[in-house]
Amino acid sequence: MPTHLSLAAPDLRLDVNLLDYAVLAIYFITVLGIGFAARRAVRTSLDFFLSGRSLPAWITGLAFLSANLGATEILGMAANGVQYGVATVHYYWIGAVPAMVFLGIVMMPFYYRSKVHSVPDFLRRRFNGQTQLLNAITFAVAQILIAGINLYALALVMGALLGWPLLLSIVVSAAIVLAYVVLGGLSSAIYNEVMQFFVILAGLIPVTVLGLIKVGGFSGLADKVRRSALGDPGLHAWAGTGSGATNPLGAHWIGIVLGLGFVLSFGYWTTNFAEVQRGLSARNTTAARLTPIIAAYPKLVIPAVTVIPGLVALVLFSDLGKPDGPQYNYAIPLLMENLLPNGVLGIAVTGLLASFMAGMAANISGFNTVFTYDIWRSHVKKDKPDEYYLKLGRLATVAGVVLGVGTALIAAGFSNIMNYLQTLFSFFNAPLFATFIIGLFWKRMTAWAGFWGLLTGTVAAFASYIAFKAGLLNFGTELNASFWGAGIAFVVDALVSVVVTLMTAPKPERELRGLVYGLSDASLADDTLAGDRAWYRSPVLLGAGAIILGAALYIPFI
Amino acid sequence: MHDPANASGPADATRATDPADPAGAGDTGDRERAARLFDIRRIIGGLFLLYGVILTVVGLLDGAAAVQKAEGVRINLWTGVAMIVVGAVFLAWERLRPVDAPGAPAEDTTTLDTEETARHA
Repeated sequence: MPTHLSLAAPDLRLDVNLLDYAVLAIYFITVLGIGFAARRAVRTSLDFFLSGRSLPAWITGLAFLSANLGATEILGMAANGVQYGVATVHYYWIGAVPAMVFLGIVMMPFYYRSKVHSVPDFLRRRFNGQTQLLNAITFAVAQILIAGINLYALALVMGALLGWPLLLSIVVSAAIVLAYVVLGGLSSAIYNEVMQFFVILAGLIPVTVLGLIKVGGFSGLADKVRRSALGDPGLHAWAGTGSGATNPLGAHWIGIVLGLGFVLSFGYWTTNFAEVQRGLSARNTTAARLTPIIAAYPKLVIPAVTVIPGLVALVLFSDLGKPDGPQYNYAIPLLMENLLPNGVLGIAVTGLLASFMAGMAANISGFNTVFTYDIWRSHVKKDKPDEYYLKLGRLATVAGVVLGVGTALIAAGFSNIMNYLQTLFSFFNAPLFATFIIGLFWKRMTAWAGFWGLLTGTVAAFASYIAFKAGLLNFGTELNASFWGAGIAFVVDALVSVVVTLMTAPKPERELRGLVYGLSDASLADDTLAGDRAWYRSPVLLGAGAIILGAALYIPFI
Repeated sequence: MHDPANASGPADATRATDPADPAGAGDTGDRERAARLFDIRRIIGGLFLLYGVILTVVGLLDGAAAVQKAEGVRINLWTGVAMIVVGAVFLAWERLRPVDAPGAPAEDTTTLDTEETARHA
């Protein structure tokens, strides 16, 4: 389906002037300034890859959120809002928040306290080097692909809105990301993520408010959605999911709860190193645990500035998503074009471009760490001085960005960026989550069970997707196929893990201390800080609050 | 695994080989100054203040066309004022609690006694 590029709506061109470009320039001068400043603080590979484990929870929390707030959220979720209506909130309230809370409460202590550098490094400690290498390679490939998607989405926006040619946009934005990640490593990536979070909100809130005013407020919006192509089902999240055919997602509630809410979401949020890395850069265990939980609160309300604009676009632009109209992904850019005057327009464009770059920087900083630590240092050249790995990390960053430019063109072949991402997640993260959860709670699980479970699970995910594409399995929508593909991969991984475990010898308990539930490592120093005793820093309390709030938010949209 | 030729001094050698030092107590003064100056709160505060002022001025000068495009709302002015407020909050936060920077937080590095915190782990 190489129709993506030709669909780039020729009539969509933002009326940007010098003022908007000034706003954009100020932002990128600041970003590069942070890169140069951070360079002074980067002395060791630990500084470069994990920010020296020094950041407070609110920074790592917002960075955790922003690492995911790239192309996926802004354009993809608004596109889903147009296509599926209110049901898109599943991606937030059931498809993200519970998993983020689980990561913070249950899994982060294992990650952080075992002092691993990465998710594959954890697999090496819990299982063996082969499992580490397998995961490191699939992760590295996935990050490059996703970085390419971010770049491509960015280039689409720049091309459509500012009139920049595709290749020029790709090269310029890749160069900016490259500059600040090479200079400052994870620190400058994280700083930019936090900054980007506030700028994108400053751009999206005016779009949402003006969009709502234009369609006559919430009641006007609801009326008009009922009369739109989506109709009344577009206003409900759960109605019609009993049979699977009468809701816009085309998904059964079991698929939503188990596929999206459990396998896909837990897989992505708890084992995706681009996310977990933000927690590992926190200053102590409490801050690491709070990282995803602090991120969960803004995550609950982000649909207000993605799904609502999507619905507004649905009722305002009737040709959206039609064969001869603009694509779903243009929902937010179309609103910006129609509603924002110069000035705020510059802020919104800056926020969008920054969010793509932040998303890409997250992929690249995850990639360089895994490549350096888990592929090169663990399996190619061990025992080199720290300086060597720092240099290698910078080289891997350059290579990652160059490869990302290449894969940006692959992303062009898919009709909806979000579906493509979901498909990738079901390949790489669902089986990984099965391996993790069994390995964490079952100390008998053997090293080779980790490897074979992960391998067969990943292959099963691929196989189910290919079978769906070839028409052998009928899941209806692509979205539904990713739910079920993830589920199949999870089950295959779990079954193979159990069978292989029963046939092989377990690791001795002393090697598993601190890596398995119930086998704590008494030799670890406690790192709790004085302020951590306060109730507002309790991961369990804050996590429970986020889940309850998420459930409550569903009530008006059942 | 640490390179003896690494010029970064003994304090950094500790940091590189001993990641069990999460608060970064081995920091040099130079590093802390850099962390202070580039405290993210100061950067966000400054950026939002600058953006806020620009938008407020633009919002006051906006012609009828710009206001009409935004459904009759002086959106530049409103956004500008909101950004000034957010920027000021960040700068005030940084002023009031400067130690919370990603350097070596003084108040927060006090480690609690182990019995007290065993349940947190």
